[in-house]
Amino acid sequence: MGTKEINISIKEIETEIGNIRDLRFSVGRLAQETWDEPQGPTPFPSMSTLRNWDLTLLKRYKPFYLPFCDLCCLCTFGKCDLTGDKKGACGITMPGQQSRIVLLAACIGAATHTSHARELVTHLIEEFGADTRLDPGGLNIKVEAPITRLVCGMKPETLGDLETVLDYSEQQITSLLACTHTGQEGNPLDLESKVLHTGMIDHLSMEVADIAQVSAYDLPKADPNAPLVDIGFGSVDTTKPVILVIGHNVPPAVEIMDYMQDHELTGDIEVTGICCTGIDMTRYSPKAKIIGPISWQIRYIRSGIPDIIVVDEQCIRTDVLDEARLLKIPVIATSEKNCLGLPDRTGDPPEEIIDDLMSGKTDGALILNPEKVGVVAVRTVMQTATKRKKKKKIGILSLEEAIEEAKRCTQCRECRRACPNDLHISDAMKALSRDDPTMLAEIYDSCVGCIRCESACTQEIPIHSLIVAAGEDTLRNESFKLRAGRGAIQDIEIRQVGGPIVLGEIPGIVAFVGCANYPKGGNELAEMAIEFANRRFIVCTSGCAAMTIGMHRDEDGKSPYEVYSGNFEAGAIVNVGSCVSNAHISGAAVKIASIFARRNLRGNYAEIADYVYNRVGAVGVAWGAMSQKAASIAAGFWRLGIPVIVGPHGTKYRRMLLGRADHDEDWYVDDARTGEKVYVGPVPEHLFISVETKEEAMVMIAKLSMRPNDTSRGRALKLTHYIDLHRRLLGSMPTDIHLFVRMEADIPITMKEDIVSILKEKDWKETVIPDPTLIPKKEAAP
Amino acid sequence: MSQDAWLTAEVAGPKKASLITKPEIADAMIRRAKRPIFVVGSIAAEIDLEEKKLIDYVIAMARRCNIQVVATGNTNNEFLKRGFTPEAVMPAVDIGNRLTDPKWQGVDGKGPHDLAIFVGLPYQMAWTILSGLKNFAPNLKTISLDNVYQPNARWSFSNISIKSWIMNLEGILGNRGD
Ligand code: SF4
Ligand code: SF4
Ligand code: SF4
Repeated sequence: MGTKEINISIKEIETEIGNIRDLRFSVGRLAQETWDEPQGPTPFPSMSTLRNWDLTLLKRYKPFYLPFCDLCCLCTFGKCDLTGDKKGACGITMPGQQSRIVLLAACIGAATHTSHARELVTHLIEEFGADTRLDPGGLNIKVEAPITRLVCGMKPETLGDLETVLDYSEQQITSLLACTHTGQEGNPLDLESKVLHTGMIDHLSMEVADIAQVSAYDLPKADPNAPLVDIGFGSVDTTKPVILVIGHNVPPAVEIMDYMQDHELTGDIEVTGICCTGIDMTRYSPKAKIIGPISWQIRYIRSGIPDIIVVDEQCIRTDVLDEARLLKIPVIATSEKNCLGLPDRTGDPPEEIIDDLMSGKTDGALILNPEKVGVVAVRTVMQTATKRKKKKKIGILSLEEAIEEAKRCTQCRECRRACPNDLHISDAMKALSRDDPTMLAEIYDSCVGCIRCESACTQEIPIHSLIVAAGEDTLRNESFKLRAGRGAIQDIEIRQVGGPIVLGEIPGIVAFVGCANYPKGGNELAEMAIEFANRRFIVCTSGCAAMTIGMHRDEDGKSPYEVYSGNFEAGAIVNVGSCVSNAHISGAAVKIASIFARRNLRGNYAEIADYVYNRVGAVGVAWGAMSQKAASIAAGFWRLGIPVIVGPHGTKYRRMLLGRADHDEDWYVDDARTGEKVYVGPVPEHLFISVETKEEAMVMIAKLSMRPNDTSRGRALKLTHYIDLHRRLLGSMPTDIHLFVRMEADIPITMKEDIVSILKEKDWKETVIPDPTLIPKKEAAP
Repeated sequence: MSQDAWLTAEVAGPKKASLITKPEIADAMIRRAKRPIFVVGSIAAEIDLEEKKLIDYVIAMARRCNIQVVATGNTNNEFLKRGFTPEAVMPAVDIGNRLTDPKWQGVDGKGPHDLAIFVGLPYQMAWTILSGLKNFAPNLKTISLDNVYQPNARWSFSNISIKSWIMNLEGILGNRGD
C-alpha cells in the first residue's frame, strides 16, 4: 500500500459561506506523533510483503488437498476435469485449483467481516461522530488495537481512524479476490500465501468492528465479570410480545432496545436473538436473551413464539421469509446485503409500514435505517402480539400428531441420505410410528436444523418438526446462563499470564470458536471446554461456540460460565463475544509479545508471528466450523502460527496444512543466541487438521500446545496432559513421545519409568532448548 | 447396483469407483497387494452386524490376511479392548497425507503401501480423503469396505443392506480359509 492519508471529517461547521455539514478531506499520511514506538518494516503490507514468512510456514505445513469437486466451472472454457494430473483449459492444476477455492472462501469470509465492520463504523460515525474516542477497555487497556498496530503500524484513536484501516482491508480483499480470476495466480503455494494474507486482513477487520461497537455502544470493556445473561428457548417469557433478531450486525437490535427503553417498554417485551446478534445484544443489555446458535432458527421460528422477526446480515436462513409467512410472522430486513425481495420502505413513515405489516398487506419490509427499524419493530410487535395471542399456541406438534405423521413414512431413506450428519432418521420414524419417540429424541441432540431431510422426503413429512416434537422436553428445558462477551483482554491480565504461557507453565490457550455444524451435538464442545479448563488451560470462546458451551449443565444445574472464572487466567472459560470478537483472541497472543516480551508491534508482523508461533501455546478449535468466515478466521490464526483443529466436516474445506513428524529435517529452528540450527521436534505438529472424534480432538489440543520455547517444567506439564489424555481417551501410550522430549528434565516425574524405556527403544538423543526463531538473523536485521 | 453416492449430494467427478459386486473382487485385490494397510475409523466399533461389530470383522480380516492396521479417531481403544494392537494410531488425514507421498516407507518403515482399505470413517471424511488419494496417490489402490458407495475409492460396494454386507465380509474372510 502506498502512502496512507489522514481523513479529516467535520460533522458541522459555521463558515462565512454558510453552514457546512459532513465535510471530509484528506491531508497526507496519518500522523502518529503521540506514538513513540518506531515504525516496523511492514506497515500496511501488500499481498506479497509477508510472502517469505508464509513460505516458511508452508514449507513445514504442506497442503494436503482433499478435492471436494474434481471439476472447475468458473469460466466458460469449462467445465474442466482436473482429476489427477490433468489441467484445465487455463492451465491450472488440481492443487492450484484447490488453493484457489480456499482463497475464494477466505475472501468471502474476510469480505463479510470487512463489510460488516464498514457498515457498523459508518453507522456509528453518523450517530456518534468520527471523533468519538476508541475505548475498548478503559484504564485497563493501553494497547487498544493490537492487530491494527501490528498490521498497519498505526494506533487508532477515534472511530474516524478506523476508516483508514478499513480502506486498507477493502483494497487488499479486492486484490486478493482478483487473484482467483482465470489465468491469474496458479501456483498453489502462492495462492496459499494469499490465503494467509486474507486471514490476517480478516482479523484486522474483526478487530475494527468489535472495538468500534464496544467503544460507541459501551459494551463490556474487557470485563471479566460481564453479567450472566439468559440463553435458551426455555428462558423466554412467551406471555409477552417477542421480537426475534437474527444475524451479526447489531445496530437495528440496539435501536429496538433503545426505543423500548425510551418508551418504558423494557419489561413488557422479550427481545431474543439467534447467532451473533444475539450475543452482541446481550453485551448491550443483559435483559436481552439468546435462543441459541444458527441451528436454532427453524425450531424457534416454527414454535410460533416470535411475533416479529428482524434480520440483519450473515448466517440467516435464506428461506426465513417462507417459514415466517406460514405462521404470519412479519419480517423486517435491515441490511442491503440481505433484502429478501422485500419492498424498500426506508423512506416511508413508520405508521404506514406498521399498518401494512399489521393488515397483512405485506409479509415484511426492507428498512435500511436502524432507528426506524427500532420504531417499527417495537410498535408492530406490541400490536401483532395481541392479535396473534388469540391464535398463538406454541407451534410444536403434539406427540400424537407426530406419530400420525410418522405413520406415512415409506422407509425410502431419502431423508437419511440428505442428512449431513447421516442421522438414522428413517429408523427413528419407524420407531415413532410404533409410539416410541426415543430414537427421534436422540436425533434432536445431533440435528443441525438444516431441514435437508424435509426437502428430500418423498412424503412431505415435516421431519424436523417431528424431531422437535420428540425432543420437546429437552427444548423447553433449554434455559442456561452465559457470561456476556467481555471484549478484549486487559493488559494487566496479559502481564500476569504472559510469563507462565511463554515458559509453558500454563499449558496453553485453547480457543473454541466458530459455527454449530457439530457432528454429534453441542455437548461434546462443552465437555472439551470443561476438560481443558480443569486442566488449567486458558479456555477462550466466542460466537456460536460460546453459546453452545453455555447450553450445558453440571449436576448442580449450573452452566460452565457459572462455575469457571471469566478472567484470562489458567482454568477459566472466557467468552470474548461474537464472531468479530475473535480478534481479541489473536490480539491476546500478539499482546503477549508486546506487553510481556516488550517486542515492538508496530508494523512488525513477521517478527511477532515468529514469536507467537515459537512461544505461545495457543490452539484454535472450530468443532462445528461451517462458514467461509470460519475459513478466513482460521487463516488469520495460521499466519500467526497458531494451529487450528476442525471437526470431521472440516475436511470439506478442501485442504489441510499438515506437518510430517517423521521428517526430522523439517523441525529445525535457528537459535537466536548462537545462530545454530537446532532440532526442536514437531511442535506444533500441524497447522490445520480435521479430526474425527472429540477424543481425538482433545489429544490433539494437548499435543499442539507444545512450543519450542517451553522450559523443561513447562514441557513436562504439557507432556503430562498429552500422555494422560492419550492413555485415557485413545487407550495407550503415544508412540511419538521421544519427539517431544528434549532433555531428561522434560520427562514428567510420574511417568518417568515408562518414558525412559520408550526413549531407549527409540534411540533418543538429548538436545538443547534454543531461543527459537524461524527467521534467520540476516533477514531479521533491519 | 448403482454408483450413486450414499449421501445424495456427494456426487463425484468423472473418475468413479468400480463396484465390488462379489467378495472375490475385494479378496483378489487384497491377495495381490504386497503391502496392504487398513485405515479404520471410529464408527467401526459402533456398527452392529448381527452378533458382531464391524470392527470384529476388521480384526479377523487383518489377522487372516496379514494387513497392518491404522486406527484413526479413538478406534485404538476398541481394538485394544478386543486384544488387538494396531500398527499405528494417527488421525485419518495424517495417514491420508502420508499415503500420497511415494517416498513414505509405510507404518512399519519397510516400504510404501500399495493398497489402502478404508472402513468405519464418517462418510464425508472418507469421501474427501479418498478424493485426495484418487488425485494425488496414483500408485496406490484404494478399497472402501463400508456398505455405502464411496465414489472416490478405486473399488467400493454400492449402497448395500446390512445382510448383504455381512455376506460379503464373510465371503472375503471365507475365501481366505483358516
Ligand atoms: S477457470 Fe480454468 S479450470 Fe476453471 S473452467 Fe475456466 S479454464 Fe477451466
Ligand atoms: S434437519 Fe437435522 S435430521 Fe434433518 S437433515 Fe438436517 S441435521 Fe439431519
Ligand atoms: S424421506 Fe420421508 S418417507 Fe422416506 S424414510 Fe424419510 S421420512 Fe420416511
